[in-house]
Amino acid sequence: MGLAKRIIPCLDVTAGRVVKGVNFLELRDAGDPVEIAKRYDDQGADELTFLDITASSDNRGLILHIIEEVASQVFIPLTVGGGVREVEDVRRLLNAGADKVSINTTAVLNPQMVQDAATKFGSQCIVVAIDAKKVENQPFEWEVFTHGGRKATGLDAVKWAEYMVSLGAGELLVTSMDRDGTKIGFNNPLNRAISDAVEVPIIASGGVGNLQHLVDGVKEGGADAVLAASIFHYGEYTIKQAKEYMAKHGIEVRS
Amino acid sequence: MSKVDIAVVDYGMGNLRSVSKALEHVAPGKNVVVTSRPDEVASAERVVFPGQGAMPDCIRELIARGLRGAVLDAAKHKPFLGICIGLQMLFDHSEEGDATGLGLFKGNVKRFAAADMVDSLGKKLKVPHMGWNQVYQSHQVNSQPHVLWQNIADGARFYYVHSYYVQPDDESIISGLSHYPKRFTCAIAKDNLFAVQFHPEKSANAGLQLLSNFVNWSPS
Repeated sequence: MGLAKRIIPCLDVTAGRVVKGVNFLELRDAGDPVEIAKRYDDQGADELTFLDITASSDNRGLILHIIEEVASQVFIPLTVGGGVREVEDVRRLLNAGADKVSINTTAVLNPQMVQDAATKFGSQCIVVAIDAKKVENQPFEWEVFTHGGRKATGLDAVKWAEYMVSLGAGELLVTSMDRDGTKIGFNNPLNRAISDAVEVPIIASGGVGNLQHLVDGVKEGGADAVLAASIFHYGEYTIKQAKEYMAKHGIEVRS
Repeated sequence: MSKVDIAVVDYGMGNLRSVSKALEHVAPGKNVVVTSRPDEVASAERVVFPGQGAMPDCIRELIARGLRGAVLDAAKHKPFLGICIGLQMLFDHSEEGDATGLGLFKGNVKRFAAADMVDSLGKKLKVPHMGWNQVYQSHQVNSQPHVLWQNIADGARFYYVHSYYVQPDDESIISGLSHYPKRFTCAIAKDNLFAVQFHPEKSANAGLQLLSNFVNWSPS
């Protein structure tokens, strides 16, 4: 027996509430972040991710007080992203109780910031989030988008992943924008391409609709961790059910 | 200066809030202090020595803040818990940046070797070793597991994130083992000292239990 595959519920936070959208739009309220975090911890979540989803596009500040409150009650790793623009933002989030910080838009605008943050705080706390979409008009299959999926970058997602790891990213959070909120499953070819290209762990995100999708994300997509939001937020499945299902299908999980 | 029950050694490398919050959670009423003052480390009843980032930077900052002597003294004389790089720094030498450690234990800190990183099905294993792995409570010297493993199941999972691991010359100090994919030392114990590679402060109930055991530990 060895390292378990991780299940990570994702809490998309805006204006202090957890919300869930479809293809990054049409937001629905899902509850209080601290209550939800505690519930997932009780159910056996391996880690929690908080994304301040409108931070970059609306130039909003960080969700420090929420992280402080969660960190004093929940003792599993916490990743926080959204609106991280400079090395000082990373420090503020770590000091509030985050264990890892996820960088997305800023990594594209200023890749040096990823390297500076990794040098200063260690690669173990630097996650680069990659929002990718399948494209027809480029010499590659998946393109990187920023600003909550609103801006195309012209970057090849697989090459971008390799570059980010070379600058010091310790983990990659790969979201398929085509799948996000659709409930038709992860984009496994995208995840597999990135997972095979880099040494660091990847978290698959976007599109989970049932528990078989989590199994496929690991087996077909090569994910080291699987992230999901709506199937857990609305009580369709508990984390425990997800783990039992994955274990039954031969995936090592923490029970 | 009020009495310091638990000093968390701060030498400016990374986030110590998680460690202090978890200690406060398992030891309500105790005075937990995150400190870079050698006198506070010296006066504390027990000392937690965490670490994140790269070992050469950690050693450099520790020395620059004048904490080397206080940490070594605590490691020899009072209940002492090393975490992650706080375990690695206790050894002679690390492959990471060819760093010289504090030299309290003979041995090396080695990187997971690229050639070894495949699982039993031939699939690639990632480095860093990140996530929840099983910890086996080694007890080579005594027939009893160490008191810091009390109420923790043998094989319980703890949260890891690291690319290097310790290889002690003296195997009798090994108090915990994990596999990735080969067996590596994840905990050592000697007298008043216990040190772990994983992060108890991020390891849910198993981790909180270990911290609680540490807070109540009276090494003989």
